[in-house]
Amino acid sequence: MELSTNTQAIAYLVSAVLFILALKGLTHPATARRGNLYGIAGMAIAIGATLAGSEVQSYGLIAIAIVAGAAIGAVVAMRIQMTAMPQLVAALHSFVGLAAVLVAIGTFINRRAAETLNPVLMGELSAGIVIGAITFTGSVVAFGKLQGLLSGKPVRFNGQHLLNAAMGLAAIGFAVHFAMTGSLVSLVAITVLALVLGTTLIIPIGGADMPVVISMLNSYSGWAAAATGFSLGNNLLIIVGALVGCSGAILSYIMCRAMNRSIFNVVFGGFGTDGGESSATGEATQQGIKSASVEDAVYWMEDAGRVIIVPGYGMAVAQAQHALKELMELLEARGVEVLFAIHPVAGRMPGHMNVLLAEADIPYDHVLEMDEINPDFPSTDVALIVGANDVVNPAAKEDPSSPIYGMPILEAGRARQVYFLKRSLRPGYSGVDNLLFYQENTSLIFGDAKDTIEGMVGALKGGRH
Amino acid sequence: MSETLVALYVFVLACFIGYWVVWGVTPALHTPLVALTNAISGIVIVGALLVAGLKEAGVVADAMGFIAVLLASINVFGGFLVTHRMLSMFKKRSK
Repeated sequence: MELSTNTQAIAYLVSAVLFILALKGLTHPATARRGNLYGIAGMAIAIGATLAGSEVQSYGLIAIAIVAGAAIGAVVAMRIQMTAMPQLVAALHSFVGLAAVLVAIGTFINRRAAETLNPVLMGELSAGIVIGAITFTGSVVAFGKLQGLLSGKPVRFNGQHLLNAAMGLAAIGFAVHFAMTGSLVSLVAITVLALVLGTTLIIPIGGADMPVVISMLNSYSGWAAAATGFSLGNNLLIIVGALVGCSGAILSYIMCRAMNRSIFNVVFGGFGTDGGESSATGEATQQGIKSASVEDAVYWMEDAGRVIIVPGYGMAVAQAQHALKELMELLEARGVEVLFAIHPVAGRMPGHMNVLLAEADIPYDHVLEMDEINPDFPSTDVALIVGANDVVNPAAKEDPSSPIYGMPILEAGRARQVYFLKRSLRPGYSGVDNLLFYQENTSLIFGDAKDTIEGMVGALKGGRH
Repeated sequence: MSETLVALYVFVLACFIGYWVVWGVTPALHTPLVALTNAISGIVIVGALLVAGLKEAGVVADAMGFIAVLLASINVFGGFLVTHRMLSMFKKRSK
């Protein structure tokens, strides 16, 4: 039985509505799983309606491809570590980009054979190829940086932006020529230029800006799907592409705002280092830093009314989230209120910390966003900073000459006692020295975050106090 | 109104829906949001199926369709599954 075009269009409409409800579900953790199910239903309907339509006539290759893709996707999704989520997302973005390029070129070949090409269609195909190819190579570079295959340092050279602009203009020129003439040479030129452009656009962005890069590529993958929708005259692809494109754009905006930087500054700035040593931590500046022992911190925490833990990417690197959960339980057993404070750009992608804490079984109602928790710091006995740095640096408020001045921060320094878990005096990704180290109420506990927290857990269990 | 203009209407209005819906997403779920949008952008599979499913297409177009369906299915299945895995971890205090 074949679906008529109208029945298929109705099915696509139902599918589009389900995708909107899927995103709507993420408004709250309690409704989020249902949202994901809406998404799955929407996708099943879309695929079913397409397969049952009159345009799909041979099924052999499709069946093999879907079964193989499902198997690969399922294995990867079940095995992936939560700390590696940014890499997985980057890899999946690259697939959407490449698929969009292949669909555009494949559509061109088929439509040329059927002699149904026209300039508008070819213009839309070029847009799909350009956006798809940039998404593809850009995501491959982002994956390489996140996986540590490429250096996280921004790669910059003279005339970089000029070169990118020239390549972008050339790609547009070839796209116009392609739309007018259907020239194969121009098609190849567009594809190659866009592939190179994807690389050169992402390479100058530093490892610390990965949350923005991930969000941007998320957005691009949506626009690539929308462009594919235009060329196929398929409203479902256009709607979904627009939803995803907007989502990524909004996330990019939120990430930039949380760093007090413009998107242009991130894309063109080459800000951020690989986290290397900076000259700011010379011997002289280390004066006034107090170090403390695990026992000191435990002494203050076990009698505290409230302890706020500020996790950063360092927590993920040290895999300290499970030890933190144990610490939380032991403190709560003694009547201490334990909360977690999350800065929007903590981690390597938006919301990364929340997932890692959820993985360690830390209830989400104990995990608060920056704006919710900042008023609580002055009435907090102990702030415990685990692998975060720039996001608690008071320089962002007090020092107009600081590169991070104006960035909204977690006001951990206002707690009565601040314990900073650090491996060394290395500055954060911005390379800026942290003024919080020198504050009267701050002490540093040196060592691996996981070992230190396990030490605290041991001290609390031992009941030596 | 041409077909392309209708498509443009749909696109612009969908952008507005996306804008309002996504601003409502709680920041705690931003990673699942990225994973879910990733899964649903696997909707390019619809385009891939049309390329791969055409009868008597050339070898090149068939190969492109095949690879595109494969990649998009990895996205669809991997994306929804990993989103489900993450969302199952978000629990409230059980007391």
